[in-house]
Amino acid sequence: MSRFLPRLATVAALLALPAAAGAAEPIPVGLVAALSGQSAVSGEAITRGLTVAIDEINAAGGVLGRPLVLVRRDDESNPGKGVAAARELIYRDHVAAFFGGIDTPVSIALVPLANKEKTPFMGVWAAGTGITRNGASPNFVFRVSAVDALVDERLLRYAATVAKARHPGLMLINNPWGESNHKGLDAAAKAAGLSLAGAESFEVGDADMIPQLTRLKGAGADAIILVGNAAPAAVVIRSLDRMGWSVPVISHWGISGGRFPELAGPSAEKVAFVQTYSFFKSGPKGEQVLAALEKAYPAIKGPQDVIAPVGTANAYDAMHLLALAIAKAGSTDGPAIQAALEALPPYDGLIKRYAPAFTATNHDALGADDYIMVHFASGRIVPVE
Amino acid sequence: MLLGASIVSGLAIGAMYGLLALGYHVTWVVSRSVNFAQGSVMMLGAVLAFSLTVGFGWPMPAALPVALAGCAAFGVVLERVAVRPFRVRGSDSWLMATVAAGMLLENAALFLFGKEPRGMPSSLAAEPLTVFGVGVLPLQIVILVAGVGLALIFVAVTRGTPYGKALLAVVQNPRAAQLMGIDAARVTVFAYALSSALAGLAGILIAPLYSVSADMGFVFGIKGFAAAILGGLENPWGVVLAGLLLGLAEALTTAFAGSAATVMASFGLVILALYLRPHGLFGRAGVRKV
Repeated sequence: MSRFLPRLATVAALLALPAAAGAAEPIPVGLVAALSGQSAVSGEAITRGLTVAIDEINAAGGVLGRPLVLVRRDDESNPGKGVAAARELIYRDHVAAFFGGIDTPVSIALVPLANKEKTPFMGVWAAGTGITRNGASPNFVFRVSAVDALVDERLLRYAATVAKARHPGLMLINNPWGESNHKGLDAAAKAAGLSLAGAESFEVGDADMIPQLTRLKGAGADAIILVGNAAPAAVVIRSLDRMGWSVPVISHWGISGGRFPELAGPSAEKVAFVQTYSFFKSGPKGEQVLAALEKAYPAIKGPQDVIAPVGTANAYDAMHLLALAIAKAGSTDGPAIQAALEALPPYDGLIKRYAPAFTATNHDALGADDYIMVHFASGRIVPVE
Repeated sequence: MLLGASIVSGLAIGAMYGLLALGYHVTWVVSRSVNFAQGSVMMLGAVLAFSLTVGFGWPMPAALPVALAGCAAFGVVLERVAVRPFRVRGSDSWLMATVAAGMLLENAALFLFGKEPRGMPSSLAAEPLTVFGVGVLPLQIVILVAGVGLALIFVAVTRGTPYGKALLAVVQNPRAAQLMGIDAARVTVFAYALSSALAGLAGILIAPLYSVSADMGFVFGIKGFAAAILGGLENPWGVVLAGLLLGLAEALTTAFAGSAATVMASFGLVILALYLRPHGLFGRAGVRKV
């Protein structure tokens, strides 16, 4: 008896061990985003959306009976650091998939890695057209966010119809994201029969954009299409003020990732820009997510406090879609998840009903009809009437 | 219109390059070393002024001297820990040590001040005036006047007061100056404090036109050094003029060739100018007596 009991205990322990480990072992999912630097707010917004979704999924029993856990890495908005961070996530943390951040140059650099290592990469912010449309087959890159080519069509449509512009001028940040939009805007202008007054670029460190804007004004620009992140975009607005040139400014959504109203001053409110979601005009699902955000982040007391709402909303839906795919795949194997993502059933998300989110030929869950035009009002992002 | 606007904005930015360049000049003539953390000190000035005015609600006239004193204090500490220990051993490692100090300062600012760029409010940058049909902010005029005015004061003081003469004496012959009772070490410390205060002032002046962030000074620091080299490090007028020229060249390049060409053109110009005049546009070749 005295020898039997320990032996029984050992056998029981051995039997229990794999089962217990299997049940408890979490599925890691990664995030490579700007958690510091000028765009740190964007990384925080994405983190919040992912966290709320993961909490919901884990509260409902996880995926494949295992809880999800988020592993975050800072890319400092630097492609080299982003690639190193993604490598770490893939090789060391063995993530089932990973999400990306606001910076198109970083995401573009991550595409070859995701495809080579067969690890699904889900973009939730960066809008560069070439991120998902990268020519790889099979393609492991998916996105729940805007796509530059489609945003560009939307911005020009808004300029032509609402701002009544005939010759919009372009102000583009001098990096691959600006480049991506330059191509997109050229193509969209041709398609819409608009002639562009010109295209100017600016650097993040430029303290003064009057020379560029004066060139556009001289070329007869009657609206400005602005592509850049909050800080340099604010310099564009201040420069316009100084010139005393009141021209409609229609912006890509880079300006929503920082303190644009503070940086740009009162004229910030005149800038119309594109978003994928607004917590101000949301349905029951939006209220439910907002309530979860308010609970998890006490600083949030209403829709006006959701910083950079697109990051949060896109990340929230992307996490749920990924969880559905892992469940459908029945494993955390990259190629299996990739195949499952391309064949998801319809899903009612926060932003819209995805029917379905992705297909083998379209890895972008959101299209031009899902965008809304918004502006800042008293520091809040609200839809343009 | 285009020309006028470019000239105004170019001169305002150029005056900031000039202030930074004057800072490089001051320490160079006194100690044959420069503070490569100038760009970071510029950021420090802006961050201190922002924190005092926006964070603690101080009025600008009170915040300005405190922020400048903070920068000067940083200069004193920097000279003590990152310059003097190397110079007394005849080593040129102060070069790397000051670069490192600048990075340290930048990352400390990231940590303490925060990661987001902030907007500095200023009544001088709210309403543009129209001068010859060109919109000019009062602050841009203040910047220009401050840059050129400080260079004037600097030259007047070094030529006309005992302190200035002591400074120049150290420049001409440190050992003889020491024998005459001038404390060369103290003059060097003073030069570092002054140079840091100039950089801090540039940061505070430029902040409302721009944004306040931990990395705001980096490119400015490099361009200020380019201006200092272009002007010939030895010549206080030269470095300020070179700063104005560099700012002007940048603005005009952007205006007439497009912004894609600006950085290439401005640094290309620096290299060309140095090729043609190795001692700077306004410098003279030093005479070595054998």
